[in-house]
Amino acid sequence: MRRLGLRFAALGYLAAILVAPVGLVFYRAFQHGVDAFWASITTPDALHAFKLSVIIAVIAVVANTVFGVTCAIAIVRWKVPGRGLLNALVDLPLALSPVVVGLGLFLVYNSRTGWLGPWLSDHGIQMLFALPSMVLATIFVSLPFVVREVVPLLREIGTEQEEAAATLGSPAFATFRRITLPAIRWGVAYGVVLTTARALGEFGAVSIVSGRIEGQTQTLPLYVQDRYDSFDSVGAYSASVLLALLAMATVVAMTFFKPKEGTS
Amino acid sequence: MSIAVKQVTKRFGEFVALDNVSLAIADRSLTALLGPSGSGKSTLLRVIAGLEKPDTGQVVLGGRDATALVPQRRQVGFVFQHYAAFRHMTVRDNVAFGLKVQRRSKGEIREKVDDLLSLVQLQAFAHRYPAQLSGGQRQRMALARALAVEPRVLLLDEPFGALDARVRAELREWLRRLHDEVHVTTVFVTHDQEEAMDVADRIAVMNHGRIEQTGKPRDLYEHPANEFVMSFVGPAGRFDGAWVRPHDFAVLLEPGEGAVEAMVERIRHLGFEVRVDLVLANGDAIWVQLTRDELDQMELVSGDVVWVRARHSRAFAAT
Repeated sequence: MRRLGLRFAALGYLAAILVAPVGLVFYRAFQHGVDAFWASITTPDALHAFKLSVIIAVIAVVANTVFGVTCAIAIVRWKVPGRGLLNALVDLPLALSPVVVGLGLFLVYNSRTGWLGPWLSDHGIQMLFALPSMVLATIFVSLPFVVREVVPLLREIGTEQEEAAATLGSPAFATFRRITLPAIRWGVAYGVVLTTARALGEFGAVSIVSGRIEGQTQTLPLYVQDRYDSFDSVGAYSASVLLALLAMATVVAMTFFKPKEGTS
Repeated sequence: MSIAVKQVTKRFGEFVALDNVSLAIADRSLTALLGPSGSGKSTLLRVIAGLEKPDTGQVVLGGRDATALVPQRRQVGFVFQHYAAFRHMTVRDNVAFGLKVQRRSKGEIREKVDDLLSLVQLQAFAHRYPAQLSGGQRQRMALARALAVEPRVLLLDEPFGALDARVRAELREWLRRLHDEVHVTTVFVTHDQEEAMDVADRIAVMNHGRIEQTGKPRDLYEHPANEFVMSFVGPAGRFDGAWVRPHDFAVLLEPGEGAVEAMVERIRHLGFEVRVDLVLANGDAIWVQLTRDELDQMELVSGDVVWVRARHSRAFAAT
């Protein structure tokens, strides 16, 4: 009886917090029919926003996977001074508001008063209000996930398998590829899924560095905001549904990637 | 391949794991590094394998200085206490790993792995994963994996430490037979003196990062160099200011010359061997080893008063 009650409480909480708002967004998107929904997500601006979001997410995921695995190995395996600091710094993006990240990037890269901006724009590289700064902002906010998933796994598997491979003649990189990577693959996969979800949803930092130029630097979340501000509710809700579907796909992928319990 | 460790020191922070250790191991021998935990025996083995870098000193393998060589180039096989099985690979792939690294042909690998699997009696388990094996099977797999690359030195770090007593005895005998067949220079680490004496040709006894004594099992037992070796290699008790082995006591039912009064506290029957716990008049406790027949003749029961004398004892200069 008590367990049943607990289950209802949990489900009720989830329904109020999650299902009702998302459900209503879906309802509003399809309120005027599937045709209206389809028309509003196939406008050139909407398609461009969708494409841009996916491109940024892919770059951020690749960068953060490579960095994340390297960083986790540095934190767990390398006996170098400063790895405690590295460990703490990795969590910074979780604690820092994305808006602050956006402002920071703005200060560094704006082409008039920025720290690196003038030099870069002299060499023909446009950082702000363009893809590079948006990618940087997204990488920054989605940085911790792969590291945080991989670090505990590396600690758990220990160094013995790698040492065994070394005594069997396996060079360091081959050992990484054939022993370490397979052992941490579920952590990496889970980290990639979380990174993807975070990168697709990023709003605050990208909102500042992108300049929100319609059809150029508008990602899907920015596009939703833009449609909402323009009183195009069907457009806003339809794009929201698209975002929600992407998020759901990553969540489904996540449960798919999770190793089944009891196997190792 | 012979092994020479020359004046090796290794520190972990403040802790001195190896304190100026020198050791020579003959080609084709079977040597045990014996000592309590924290004595540096595992560190010494890992220094020989190249898994730890010594702070100072030299490791010479087969007459060539190997101190700067990475483990990959030392031609050593290493077996870990907790097997270090590659968990995501089948038994066959585990054993084949070193051969694949060497890029041997597929046919050669298959043939070699089949031979090794039959050597360790795991043919029927070739397609299982390590998680589906028992501890003893995993360790046999780890041995086959180490032997696959035909190492010139086989190093085993407490190889049977995590196994139950029966499997341990089996594998012990198996290792001895393997060595008699293959003749690869073998060094194994153990804290179990019986295991060391059972399997090894030579034993190096370690304590506090130093080698206390090196010798044949019997020499260590009969001629220990100091109190530590006396008390660690084989049982020994303090009696009348000296060290005495439990089988070197005479138990008398009447007072006799040089005999000390004692009370039987407990009698432990281990089969042929019987251990009699005694409390001496001065309060010290010792145990005496008798055969079942000797005990039956004396008709000892706990609470009896007897007299004990050391037939043979050993005293050491203070160190």
